[in-house]
Amino acid sequence: MSTSRIAGTVDATAAASPNRARRGDVRSRAPKRLMAAAVIISALSSVPLIYVAVTAIVTGWPTLSALIFRNRVGELLVNTAGLVIITVPLTAVVGLAAALLVERTTLPGARVFALLLAAPLAIPAFVHSYGWVTVIPSLHGLGSGVLIGTLAYFPLVYLPCAAALRRLDPALEEAASGLGLRPTAMFLRVIFPQLRLPLLGGSLLIALHLLAEYGAFALIRFDTFTTAIIDQYRSTFNGPAANALASVLVFCCLFVLVTESGARGRARFARVGAGASRPVIRRRLRRSTPAAYGYLVVLVLLSTGVPLITVVRWLTAGGARVWGDGQIVASLAQTLGYGLTGAAITTVLALPVALLAVRYPGRLARILESVGYITSSLPGIVTALALVTVSIRYLQPLYQSSILVAVAYALMFLPRALVSLSAGLAQVPLGLEEAARSLGIHPTVAFIRVTLRFIAPTTLAGGALVFLGVINELTATLLLAPSGTRTLAIQFWSRVNEIDYAGAAPYAMLMIVLSLPVTYLLFSRSRLVETR
Amino acid sequence: MTFRKITGRNLTAIGATAIVVLLAGCSSAPAPGSSSSSAKPSGEITVYNGQHESLTQAWADEFTKESSVKVILRNGEDPELGNQLVQEASASPADVFLTENSPAISLVERAKLLAPIDAATLAQVPAGYRPKSGDWTGIAARSTVFVYNPAMLSAAQLPTSLLDLANPSWKGKWAASPSGADFQAIVSALLELKGKAATESWLSAMKQNFVAYKGNSTVMKAVNAGEIPSGVIYHYYWFGDQAGTGENSKNTKMMYFKNADPGAFVSVSGGGVLKTSKNPVAAQAFLKFITAKQGQLILQTGNSFEYPVASDVAANPALVPLTELNAPSIDPSTLNSTTVTDLMTRAGII
Repeated sequence: MSTSRIAGTVDATAAASPNRARRGDVRSRAPKRLMAAAVIISALSSVPLIYVAVTAIVTGWPTLSALIFRNRVGELLVNTAGLVIITVPLTAVVGLAAALLVERTTLPGARVFALLLAAPLAIPAFVHSYGWVTVIPSLHGLGSGVLIGTLAYFPLVYLPCAAALRRLDPALEEAASGLGLRPTAMFLRVIFPQLRLPLLGGSLLIALHLLAEYGAFALIRFDTFTTAIIDQYRSTFNGPAANALASVLVFCCLFVLVTESGARGRARFARVGAGASRPVIRRRLRRSTPAAYGYLVVLVLLSTGVPLITVVRWLTAGGARVWGDGQIVASLAQTLGYGLTGAAITTVLALPVALLAVRYPGRLARILESVGYITSSLPGIVTALALVTVSIRYLQPLYQSSILVAVAYALMFLPRALVSLSAGLAQVPLGLEEAARSLGIHPTVAFIRVTLRFIAPTTLAGGALVFLGVINELTATLLLAPSGTRTLAIQFWSRVNEIDYAGAAPYAMLMIVLSLPVTYLLFSRSRLVETR
Repeated sequence: MTFRKITGRNLTAIGATAIVVLLAGCSSAPAPGSSSSSAKPSGEITVYNGQHESLTQAWADEFTKESSVKVILRNGEDPELGNQLVQEASASPADVFLTENSPAISLVERAKLLAPIDAATLAQVPAGYRPKSGDWTGIAARSTVFVYNPAMLSAAQLPTSLLDLANPSWKGKWAASPSGADFQAIVSALLELKGKAATESWLSAMKQNFVAYKGNSTVMKAVNAGEIPSGVIYHYYWFGDQAGTGENSKNTKMMYFKNADPGAFVSVSGGGVLKTSKNPVAAQAFLKFITAKQGQLILQTGNSFEYPVASDVAANPALVPLTELNAPSIDPSTLNSTTVTDLMTRAGII
C-alpha cells in the first residue's frame, strides 16, 4: 500500500487525460470476460475482510465482547490511537517544512537535500528501529514510537508535497502578491489550501503504516494492536483473541480511510486553461539560512544517518564472520524470487481491474477498485491470518505454498500496481488499438501488440513498487511461506531476536541496497514537472 | 532369523499379520518399537521447530551428514506451532515437532496427533524426562532463573520465591517476556503446583508489577543496562552471553530459587513424531539421533548451554548440575498451555 498513493499523486494528472473513456461512450459496455476477471480478482481481494467479518460472527458476541472489552484492549487502543494522533500531524509538519525549504527557497544544495530527504523510504521501518535501539538501548513507549514513526515515514508526506509545490501555478501567487498579500498570509491562504490533497494523502498512508507496523514497535517494546495480535498469534496460532484484536484493528483502518476521504471533501484545485508552465517562485532566505540548513541536516542525520551509520558500525564490528554463514546468498536469491514473482503476479492481477476502471468507468469499476484499496490498507498480519485459516480449511493444496504467499503479496500491494497501470492505460490512444483490429488482427493480439507496449514503462514502475513492498515484508511471509523460507527480512528479524545485532547487519544492508533503486525511481517520478 | 516351511496355517497367520501391519500403516500408528529400526532413513523431513534455530540447525546438520536425510525447519514459537499442528490435523506437512517446553507438545499429544516413539529412542531417555505415554520424549532441559543487577538489588533484597514477585514492593522492579513460550511454561508450572485460583491472583499482581519485554535475551539485556533491576528468564541466555562477549550480561548475576519453588521449575524440551508423517522412518531416526550420545553432546559442547537429558551425557561444566537445582517435581505431560494463555489473556498480560 505504502508508496502507491505517492505514485497516485504523481500520476493523477496523467490519469485525467482525455483518453480515459467517458460515461455514455460507445465503448462503455465492458466485455464479459474482462468484467468476470475483474470481479473474480476483487472477490479474492475481499477474502480478508470477509474472513474478519465471518470470524467475528462465528465467535459470537458474548465471547467477542469479552475479548474486546477488556483492559488490555483499552491499553492497546490508547497506545495505538496516541501513536497515530501524535505522529501523523508531526510528520505532516516535518515533511511539509522540508518540502517548502527544498522547493520554494533558494537554499544552495536544495537539490541534494531533495534526494536525501526521500532516502528514509529505502530503509525498512524495523531497520530504523534497530538503528535507534543500538544508539539508545532504553528506548521504549509512546514517545519512542512517535520518534521512529516520524523519522521512518515523513517522506510519505514530503514527496507528494514537494511534487505539488513544484507544480503550483506561479500566476496565482503573483496575483495574490499584486493584491498586497504578505508572505505568511500568502502561504496560509494561497499555497496551503493547494497542498491539502497531498498532505491528506500522505497522512493517510502514514496512519495506515503506523497501524500495520510490527517489527519497528516490537523492538522498542511499544505495544499496538498489530504487535498484540502477533503476540496472541505466537501463543495460540489463530485463536479467538487474535481474531478479536484483528477485528478492532480492521475497524481502526476503516475509520482512518473514512476520515481521510471525509476531510478531502469535494474540493479540487485546478487552473482553467493550460497556461504556460513556469518555474515556481523561490524565496531567498537571508538570516534564517543557518536555521534552515540546521533543520535539514539534523533531519537527514536522524532519519537516514542513524540507521545507516548503525548498520555500517555493526558490519564493521561483526567483520567477516557475519557474511560467512553461507545463508546470505540463498536468502538474497529467495527474496529476489519472491519480489519478482510477487511483482509479476500483482501486476497481472491488477491489469483487468485497471482496464475496467480506465476504459469502462462506472459504479462497478469504482467498487472493484476500492475493494483493492481497502484490503491493501489492512495490516499484513490480518491478511495473513485470513489466508492461513482459509487455506488450512478449504484449500489444503495451497497451504504453505509459495503461490499463497504471492497471493498475499498481491492482496497487500495491488493498488501499487493499479495506480501505475491506470495512469499508463489512460495515456494509450484507443484509436491505435482499434486501427490494429480493423486491419484484421485479433483483439487480444492487438491489445498485446499495441497497448501492452505502450504501458510497459508504467507497468514496470508499478511492479517496482510492489517489489519494494515485498522485499521488506515480514509478518505475512513468516506466517504463510513454505517451511524453510528465509527471506532477508526473516533472517534479519530472527537475528535481532537473538540480539545478534552484528549478524543482522548484512541483511539490513541488503534490504536497503535492494530498495534504493526503487526509492530513486519514486523520487525521480515525483520530480517530473507536468508540461501539459 | 530362522526359516520354516510355510504351511497353510502359517500362511493365514502371515496374511493376518500383513493385514494388521497394513492397517496400522494406514492409521500410521505402529506399535512402539515395531517400526523403522530395520529400514534405512532417507529422503527429507519437515521439522516444526520451537527450539532455538541455531541448536536445531546444529542437530539437523550433523544428522544430515550421518544419514543424508534432508531436514527442513519451520521456525516459530512452541504454542504457535503446537496450535498450528492441531489445526492442520491430518493434513499437516510436519514430520517432527521439537519444542523448548513441554506444554505445547502435550497439547499436540492430547489431540492424538503423535505417533509412539521408537522403543530404542525411549530407552536412551530416563523416565523422569519423558511422559509415560511414550508419545514424545524429552530432548533437553532448561532451568528458570532470577537474573538481577547487583548494583540495583542487594543480596538481602532478593526474593526467596517466585511468588514474592507478586508483592507490591516489587512494582516496576522485574521484567519478563510474557508472549514467549518460556515464561508461559513457567506459569504452567505455577498452575500445576499451586492451582488455578493462586495462579490467577499471582498473574493479576504480576500485571501491576512487571515490565514486559519481547524475548528473554532482551530482558537480560535490560537488566544488564540497569533499565530494570531484575527479570525471570531461563539459565542458558546468561551462559550463552558469558561464553561470547558478555556484553549483555556482564553487569548481572543469576539466582536459582531451588527449594522446589515454582521459580525453580526445570522445563523439559520435547520432541515428537507426527502420526501423519510421510517419512516416519527418518522422523524417528532424527529423534533417536537427538537423544543419542552424539545429539546430546551437541548440548554439552555447543553454545546452546541447555541441559542434556539422555544417554548419560553430562551438562556443560559451566552449568550448575541439574541434580543440584532442587526443582519441584512435575510430570511434564501434565502442563497445560491452553489454560495458561486463557489466564494470561484474562489478566491482560498478553
